[in-house]
Amino acid sequence: MFDWRWDFVIEIMPRLLWATVNTLIAAGLGFAIALVLGLLFALAQRTPYRAITIIVREIVEFIRSTPLVLQIFFVFFVGPQFGIRLSPWTSGMIAIGLHYAAYLSEVYRAGIDSVPKGQWEACRALNFSTRYTYFNVVIPQALPASLPGMGNYLIGIFKDTPMLSVIGVAELMHTANALGSETYRFLEPYTMVGVIFLLISLPSAAGIRWFEAWVRRSLGMSR
Amino acid sequence: MSEHNFPLELADANRPMVRFANVTKSYGALTVLNSLDLDVTANEMVSIIGPSGSGKTTVLRMLMTLETINSGVIYVDGQPLTHMPGNGKLVPANEAHLRKQRSNIGMVFQHFNLFPHMTALKNCMEAPIQVLGIDRDEAEARAIELLDMVGLADKKDQHPSRLSGGQQQRVAIARALCMRPKVMLLDEVTSALDPEVIGEVLNVIRQLNSEHSLTMLMVTHQMGFAKEISDRVCFFYAGKIAEQGPPEQLFGDPQNDRTKQFLHAVLDAG
Amino acid sequence: MNFIEFLAEHSPRLLSGTFVTIQQTVLAILLAVTIATVMGLMRLSRNVLIRGFSTCYIEFFRGTSLLVQLYWIFFVLPLFGVTLEKFVAGFVAVGLNLGAYGAEVVRGAIQSVPRGQYEASLALNMSPATRMRRIILPQAILIMIPPWGNLLIELLKATALVSLISVADLMFQSKQINGSTFLSIEAFGSALIIYYIMARLLITPAMRWFERHTARQMGRA
Repeated sequence: MFDWRWDFVIEIMPRLLWATVNTLIAAGLGFAIALVLGLLFALAQRTPYRAITIIVREIVEFIRSTPLVLQIFFVFFVGPQFGIRLSPWTSGMIAIGLHYAAYLSEVYRAGIDSVPKGQWEACRALNFSTRYTYFNVVIPQALPASLPGMGNYLIGIFKDTPMLSVIGVAELMHTANALGSETYRFLEPYTMVGVIFLLISLPSAAGIRWFEAWVRRSLGMSR
Repeated sequence: MSEHNFPLELADANRPMVRFANVTKSYGALTVLNSLDLDVTANEMVSIIGPSGSGKTTVLRMLMTLETINSGVIYVDGQPLTHMPGNGKLVPANEAHLRKQRSNIGMVFQHFNLFPHMTALKNCMEAPIQVLGIDRDEAEARAIELLDMVGLADKKDQHPSRLSGGQQQRVAIARALCMRPKVMLLDEVTSALDPEVIGEVLNVIRQLNSEHSLTMLMVTHQMGFAKEISDRVCFFYAGKIAEQGPPEQLFGDPQNDRTKQFLHAVLDAG
Repeated sequence: MNFIEFLAEHSPRLLSGTFVTIQQTVLAILLAVTIATVMGLMRLSRNVLIRGFSTCYIEFFRGTSLLVQLYWIFFVLPLFGVTLEKFVAGFVAVGLNLGAYGAEVVRGAIQSVPRGQYEASLALNMSPATRMRRIILPQAILIMIPPWGNLLIELLKATALVSLISVADLMFQSKQINGSTFLSIEAFGSALIIYYIMARLLITPAMRWFERHTARQMGRA
């Protein structure tokens, strides 16, 4: 059927599986960076200094409304212009981390906004420090509301990792391209990449939904 | 239970406008209505009262085909509503049969359910044009006449969001009347209204009852109004009619203990 | 070379790229909106097969990457006898992908129209088609405009990937300029700014206007 060759699939599988590991590492690292940077973006928009709020807000908007693939190129090529050479991995992680930090900051913001005003007032009345208020009262309550968004963006990062192939990060798409140009067969590599993505993202989405429900239950927040 | 023993239609001259014949409705283990038998004659005004959860709203919703029934048959104007004849017996109705039978029935809801994206006039014209297929001019004339009857001809170009609750409910009554139903269902039509506008809606219902030949079923918490306007009052308790009769009798001399308890409770509350 | 000189020399390429990006975006929007409406409605069907088909479509296109889909359509589909020109393959891939996300927006919006609206139109004996067309959809549209605004910005950004199959869009042109001049900040920076302008000064205000316009038409101004 359509000249599909199983022996070729078996032949390329080891390389595709190694590339899958790289893809997962890239997604994990990118997500970790985005989680931390995103929190910084979110908190920076809650300082008493309006100028900082406005500037950070605009940066977030800018990152969110421009293409990730262009940002990846930007980070990769701009360094050398100033004599700084970044490896494909480093620039890729910076670009993806920054891009998704912008999205995650919105998730955090919505989560923090979902904590009732009375909680802040109670903390003020008990004379808690700002730091204590955030870390011991607000964030624990904001977290469950933020989980669905965080989970979706983790899967989003995973699905965006093929863009890293444009600067030569050896993830799945890059490997499929290489296999294609070495063997002149595109059917099996590209199809298998699609299959691998489905096999990972569909169960992950289900897993994240389950995890979310579990967190809500264990915090006693569901009916 | 099969519907083999039910007649295919009610043909005699004294047939009721609405008949519930041994109707049962349940959700899983919860029985909402238990073997209900209820006849409503043409032009009769029947009020349904009872505590919440007694199944009274379900009676109207089944008649409007918003709920399916588990067993029994409902007849409207002699024809089966929930079923249709097939091979000489009654089989569950299909969509075409439901649409034909539904044209006999109109309903006014507790929360009005006006279409927010249409003016009062368009709310009243939409179904006559789309469903009955009458032309625009005639639909508009009919709508204006009925909006005038409910006292809102001057509000015809307003969207629902610009109308008070009482005005919205009067538009909803006009909208239902535009379809010329034989049976009108009123489901707690004043329950969502502020006290000061309840009167204007009740006045429209009084007018409907006296000037139009309509069969009406009304679920209400307004005991005074039910007593004043009804030909018959049914007291529902736990999915059954616990007691029914003319309003003077049911309110003045209730026989059933449940009825007495209920009336005490609501009348004491004021 | 300062930025003004850079723009003077390279703006024709940037503008022609911008024009191609706009074409790709508009065509992909048309495709995505169509698919989202059809798949969103099918997702609500009572028929298991119809519902199953749209569920598979949505899960498939949301479960794999746009880039994978794009390459597959451009490089693999010809092996099945379907050869799309790169310009067509570009907006088709973007439209198919974003249409799957849009379908969930459509479904969500239809489901959030209050149940009483459905009941009232049934009580007025409207047919299922009339109910959907005249009562439910007009109200659902107002609900779905804000999420569509976000989705259209995602779509605009997604069109940048068509440069990878050599469609000469804005991304492609900025890469070419970078390749010939090595002025990366200027080349990619101008492209970033143009994308930002299109998103924030075209799409967002257009959707705001559309939302206000629709709300006014519904008497909710």
